Amino acid sequence: MTSMLFLANTPVPRDLTLPLPLPEGLLKTLLVIFFLIHILFVNLTVGGSLLVAIFEFLGFKNKKYDALALELAKTVTVNKSLAVVMGIGPLLCINLVYTVQWYGANALTGHAWLLIIPLIITAFLLAYLHKYTWHHWETGIAKRFHWGLVLTSTLLFLAIPFVFLANVNLMHFPSEWEKVKGFFSSLKVGNVFPRYFHFLLASVALTGLAGAGWFWRRIVVDHLDNGMSREELRRLFYQIAALATGLQFIAGPLLLFTLPAVGVTPLLYKIILPSAALGLVLFIVLLKKAKGPDENLGYGYIRLCVFFSVVVLGMGSGRHAYREASLATHQQQVRERTADYQNALTAWNEANPPSEEAEETPEQLFATCAACHAPDSKLVGPPLREIAAIYAGNPDGIVTWAMAPGKKRPDFPPMPPFSHLGPDKLRVIAEYILATAPK
Amino acid sequence: MDFPPYYLDHIAGGRLIIGLIACLHVLINHPLAVGAYPLLTFMEWWAHKHNRPDIDRLAYRITFVVFIVTTSVGALTGVGIWLSTSLFAPFGIGSLLRIFFLGWFAEWLVFISEVVLIMWWFLSWKKADTPEKKRKHIKIGLALSIMSWLTMALIVAVLGFMMNTGDWSQSRAFLDAMTAPLYLPQLGFRTAFAFMTGAVFLWFCTYFFTKKDAAARAWMVERLSHVVLSSMMVLTFFGIWYWFRIPEAMRANQSVALLSMAFVQWKDKFAMLLGWTVGAFLLIAIGGLTVPRLIPRWALLIPTFMGIWLLGHFERAREFMRKPWVIAEYLYSNGVRKDEVRFLQSEGMLAHATYVKHHTVTPENHIEAGKDVFMISCSRCHSTTGINSVLDKFTRMYGPGEWNAGGMVSFLGTMHKTSTFMPPFPGNLAEKEALVSYILDLRKTREPLSGAQATGIRLSDTTSASSKP
Ligand code: HEC
Ligand code: HEC
Repeated sequence: MTSMLFLANTPVPRDLTLPLPLPEGLLKTLLVIFFLIHILFVNLTVGGSLLVAIFEFLGFKNKKYDALALELAKTVTVNKSLAVVMGIGPLLCINLVYTVQWYGANALTGHAWLLIIPLIITAFLLAYLHKYTWHHWETGIAKRFHWGLVLTSTLLFLAIPFVFLANVNLMHFPSEWEKVKGFFSSLKVGNVFPRYFHFLLASVALTGLAGAGWFWRRIVVDHLDNGMSREELRRLFYQIAALATGLQFIAGPLLLFTLPAVGVTPLLYKIILPSAALGLVLFIVLLKKAKGPDENLGYGYIRLCVFFSVVVLGMGSGRHAYREASLATHQQQVRERTADYQNALTAWNEANPPSEEAEETPEQLFATCAACHAPDSKLVGPPLREIAAIYAGNPDGIVTWAMAPGKKRPDFPPMPPFSHLGPDKLRVIAEYILATAPK
Repeated sequence: MDFPPYYLDHIAGGRLIIGLIACLHVLINHPLAVGAYPLLTFMEWWAHKHNRPDIDRLAYRITFVVFIVTTSVGALTGVGIWLSTSLFAPFGIGSLLRIFFLGWFAEWLVFISEVVLIMWWFLSWKKADTPEKKRKHIKIGLALSIMSWLTMALIVAVLGFMMNTGDWSQSRAFLDAMTAPLYLPQLGFRTAFAFMTGAVFLWFCTYFFTKKDAAARAWMVERLSHVVLSSMMVLTFFGIWYWFRIPEAMRANQSVALLSMAFVQWKDKFAMLLGWTVGAFLLIAIGGLTVPRLIPRWALLIPTFMGIWLLGHFERAREFMRKPWVIAEYLYSNGVRKDEVRFLQSEGMLAHATYVKHHTVTPENHIEAGKDVFMISCSRCHSTTGINSVLDKFTRMYGPGEWNAGGMVSFLGTMHKTSTFMPPFPGNLAEKEALVSYILDLRKTREPLSGAQATGIRLSDTTSASSKP
């Protein structure tokens, strides 16, 4: 296994020594919960934006899809803001619990990580422009340009989670870090792409499910007024959800079997397999609803949502279980290293208490000046010989100067003030200079 | 710092990038959120009370601009400060999060409510078509105004804490940051600043949205002039208070106790800028009250730029007071803790570092080892050849001719005393010499130095890092 080869060179850094503000277990639970809330809105943003792009495209031929695209676009601009604010919570927790691994991965993909900010800003502004110019750029070339806007913002919305995923993926495998040279090479570590497809399909499935609820509301359908009935709309969104959920049965196993072995444990299977089984039930129900008669569309929505949430919770917990298992050894090593270092540090500090006297000898005090003043040659400032000549018998003159140096020699840089040492210490230094300077 | 070093060769420690993002954020947050929300809410309320749909429409249009900007650039630059700091100073942000988790958590909740409220307020504006709905709608604006002010109040507390940890080492309480000597004058200064610039922003927008509506324009200009005048007086008061409080705050920070020349210059410039800015705003406000028609649109840009300049300068004070520290008296800006310094000076920093090629300096490796020493101890503030570069700094000291290696080594021993904004050198003699070799070599080759994000991490192949304490 390749990862074994590199095990010898796994970086095991020292962690921060400040205690965690909350118990570790609690922070991890919060991490999973906050993350799921965050990802919910991310999914709705990414999936929503994608569907808007598709519907608007279909709208070129059939106007009813154009109206649908606009209604959906209005939800995207709200969801995207919630996705950002809700992202802070999981970020807070992951910073605390996986400090060393998370910041390490961030640094290794640094440019891409920093680029996220302008990318999101651009995507947001494009999404606004797209939404608020809908009725201004409605025909001909303007409409095509308008579609170009949502296409661009969708591509950005697709790229941004990819960078996050690459970081999340990379943090699992410190043993591989030595191979990583920049963002793109980090994609060779672990299994970023299967993770990404899994996420993408989840986004579409969730948006489908949410759409089936949103466009069931009479007020929305009345407002939409594009000739599509509630049933027709719900069926459409069920179809979308069913398609994406069905494809998960390719993406899911792919993700599972490409996971590097370090974190794969029986526990992972115990969480993932039942969730997948439930996912299968969900898929069948969705398919039935999508194909069945209109009467069946009217009920069972809430139950579907509950099903879906349980599947998502299972997948989220599975991810966490994998993370815990894959990082268990590394976390333990980091803890030991940090503790060893702290112990060595404490022992050393106890054995070597700061001795005021040692720092107080005139010679040591003078070291502050020695960086710039040598006995006989010019360093930064004039040599001591010159100083001693100017201030012979006048140590207080040196003190006065050093407290607030002026500007004297045109070809020298200014000397910084040393008033923080205080007149007493400066006086000791001054006497030392006068006594030791070459005559 | 024991993290893979993210490092941009020409920009050094990223102060520039963090600084730019932070300035942009503050420049949006203060006028457009803290200042504009309450003013717009007031407009909505007044229009409702006096039945003036024109004023309501104007408020709505300005809110549209505010909504677009704050929910995109405004919100994301706030996140950006965090992401960029976690790259350049993970030890700093990581430690602050541990100390201030609850503060940050509260800040998050307030931020969520702020975002939800601005979306709710703006998107439901047109739907509030009955007096009851309108009254409720105005209340959303009010809640939004309060939340955005609270966000600022919490952030300022964190900033204040970084400058002056006060009793934290004993109490570790968030409250101590709130009672730091600079907290109130800072908060007051920022609040007044927000209202003053927010009013000018509204004024500016008004010119665009009231081309055909002289009544609404006159209404706005008169009221905004009053806002500018009164917030300007408050600003002056808090600015002076701040100005007087700073030396006291600095004295608390032991190692920067000296009022360095740079700082004296800062203080004088602050006083001057405060004077000019207040003057510019005063002129505009008086103009607005006496000859509103004669004020051209571009004239509003002058006080705005003065204000930006003043605030930028205001923010720089933090750097002076904080310089060698990320967290005063606890953590230096190169990621070394105060209690580690003497230990590392005796044992060597490389021996205990993870992301380095060599754990000890030898005659064969001294230049390469020196590179790692530079990365650990200097790279958070200095670049090699770009902004604030070490070569320039040494050139300033030793001139363009030959540099004396012995003098440089002795400089490293006392650098924190000769230049008090630098932390002490956290390594032993061999490492000082290695660093000097590297710098002298760099001077010849000017070879660029790249960070972990480009060329990866450097690990020692002799020892597996885990075997080292
Ligand atoms: C950063 C470099 C630097 C350090 C450190 C430094 N000096 Fe100087 N010193 C200078 C320079 C440069 C000058 C010349 C300034 C001028 O003439 O404008 C100078 C000049 C002087 C002079 C001559 C003043 C005169 O009247 O001509 C004295 C005395 C002096 N330094 C004392 C000290 C003492 C005492 C210390 C230590 C506490 C010290 N210096 C540390 C750079 C330094
Ligand atoms: C906390 C940030 C920080 C760190 C870390 C730091 N410096 Fe500095 N250094 C500064 C600042 C700020 C200045 C002053 C810049 C100016 O005045 O233009 C400075 C000035 C200098 C100067 C010129 C001193 C003088 O008196 O003119 C030298 C030389 C220097 N640094 C070298 C180093 C070296 C070598 C390291 C690493 C061992 C280092 N610095 C670490 C912030 C830092």
